[in-house]
Amino acid sequence: MDLSWMAWTTPTAIFFAVILCLILSMCVWEWISPGGQPRRGILRFETTRGDRLFVTLLGSAFINLAWLALVGPNLWWALAVCIVFGVLVFVFV
Amino acid sequence: MMNLLSTRHAARQRSYAWMVLVAYIVFLMLPLYWLLMMSFKTNQEILSTFSLWPQEFTLQNYVTILSDSSWYSGYINSMMYVVMNTLISLAVALPAAYAFSRYRFLGDKHLFFWLLTNRMAPPAVFVLPFFQLYSAFGLIDTHIAVALAHCLFNVPLAVWILEGFMSSVPREIDETAYIDGYSFPRFFTKIFTPLIAPGIGVAAFFCFMFSWVELLIARTLTVTDAKPISAIMTRTVSASGLDWGVLAAAGMLTVIPGALVIYFVRNHIAKGFALGRV
Amino acid sequence: MKSWNNKAWFLVLPVLLLVAFSAIIPLMTVVNYSVQDSFGNNEFYWVGLEWFKEVLESERFHNALMRNLLFSAIILLIEIPLGIAIALAMPRRGWGVSVCLVLMALPLLIPWNVVGTIWQVFARVDIGLLGYTLTQLGFDYNYTQDVVDAWITLIVMDVWHWTSLVVLLCYSGLVSIPQAYYQAARIDGASRWAVFRYIQLPKMRRVLVIAVLLRFMDSFMIYTEPFVVTGGGPGNATTFLSIDLVQMAIGQFDLGPAAAMSLIYFLIILLVSWVFYTVMTQQDADSAPGRGQP
Repeated sequence: MDLSWMAWTTPTAIFFAVILCLILSMCVWEWISPGGQPRRGILRFETTRGDRLFVTLLGSAFINLAWLALVGPNLWWALAVCIVFGVLVFVFV
Repeated sequence: MMNLLSTRHAARQRSYAWMVLVAYIVFLMLPLYWLLMMSFKTNQEILSTFSLWPQEFTLQNYVTILSDSSWYSGYINSMMYVVMNTLISLAVALPAAYAFSRYRFLGDKHLFFWLLTNRMAPPAVFVLPFFQLYSAFGLIDTHIAVALAHCLFNVPLAVWILEGFMSSVPREIDETAYIDGYSFPRFFTKIFTPLIAPGIGVAAFFCFMFSWVELLIARTLTVTDAKPISAIMTRTVSASGLDWGVLAAAGMLTVIPGALVIYFVRNHIAKGFALGRV
Repeated sequence: MKSWNNKAWFLVLPVLLLVAFSAIIPLMTVVNYSVQDSFGNNEFYWVGLEWFKEVLESERFHNALMRNLLFSAIILLIEIPLGIAIALAMPRRGWGVSVCLVLMALPLLIPWNVVGTIWQVFARVDIGLLGYTLTQLGFDYNYTQDVVDAWITLIVMDVWHWTSLVVLLCYSGLVSIPQAYYQAARIDGASRWAVFRYIQLPKMRRVLVIAVLLRFMDSFMIYTEPFVVTGGGPGNATTFLSIDLVQMAIGQFDLGPAAAMSLIYFLIILLVSWVFYTVMTQQDADSAPGRGQP
């Protein structure tokens, strides 16, 4: 089977691998110490760990897009913002 | 509702209700009426005079279309992939909906939302990769390719609808059956499936509907052997130029299968809607 | 309360594999395309985030996005209340139910390009019933020339096409309300509005979630009908995102920009749908009895 049409590149492969690892590690974390009942954070809706990961990823996508549109093409700083955002989401939401 | 309010008040509300309903249905029927009437007119009449019904009634437009053999195959192709898609969607959605309605498991809510996101992906986004993917598997221009591609938005919908119906079946029924010594597959096919038959009908109806009306993906994945009827229609029409009568007749012929399906399932659907706490 | 059982994964596995095949592989491909330039023949060149930047800064994308958001907002504002009103007006039993269901479901089962054709013909000024009548009545109506007319035609067409779906869903919610509820309301002397607000609306909430989500998603990715009726015109006045996208990907074969635009488009749909879904299911959780019990 020829898969060359998928046009893989190293960066995109790394990108998907990272997302896969994140999901797997969430499963492992849940397996080792269950997160229990959903809780209510500053956004006034119930979230579990998985919801928080989803909010982090979706938010990160938009942070990166906004950075690209408003600041410039160097996204390493946007990545730093995303990590801070992710930590905040996991602690407060 | 009648016993809800005083009789006079209720009667007046009923008549308002009827007026709203009739107005809406007239609004729905007008464009279809116009299409039907145009299909019985000659092209000269359509272009020269404006009349609410045909002055000289003709079936020539239908003869023109039906003498073209590619039309039969278009119908058969559409039917084949729609039926395949409905069967595949239901077969995989039934156990999944049961799992969602009866159990909690790791990541269940996220999985459910992920399924829904696939309904949200605009087909326009996937057109090219779909073509490449199914080419790689040698499935281009086969019915199964279109059926599988349509699963992308039909399976999530089927799971969603069936989950609603299954949740309305009391859990005690499952437990009693297991105590009586039923195995899971036997319980599922012998007891549970008949209980939610109206739900399966509603889900099948929606799968049929969304697969039948979709054109962009179906047209992309087919060349000649599995070409759907609605794509053949556009081709026939563009070949014959601006022949409005033929265009209207072609449109009418694609409306008929849908109308037949609704007519045959109408009681089932009404019952399904009445029973299900969708 | 549902029991916790991870073996349920086996029941979900077929769905997961089937949908993943059709969803994840194409999605990965789109991501790969979006960072590369292509000259055909499977030759790709790395361009990084160039396409994303280009799409984000392009006037064309902003305009198409705004048009799409406006269109979806208008559609939801018209179709949801209208659908609820008609569902309330429908008879609960008797022969009328079948007649209504059959006639209303008819537009839903017409292939989308045929829906476009029907309205294209119906609204024409020279040979269409609607266009001809409006012109005879003295309105200056022409959907191929006038922007407002084109928009009105598309909106009326979408209302014609999809309101029935909202009606069917709401109706299924309404008929599931036991008569006892209405009797209790009568004993309390509740007004018609109170019955709607406190009995019928809460019972319809689950189906309304489905209706709003389906209508938002489908109106936001509408392609076939406006393409057939107006072709995106007059000018670019009705060029919605997916029309633009298909033009770019297939018409001009610009894989990279089309892929980048697809991803941004998909992210927006994902965000809006997630907000709808969370807000509406959250109310369920708030009103569910015994919340917080294990």
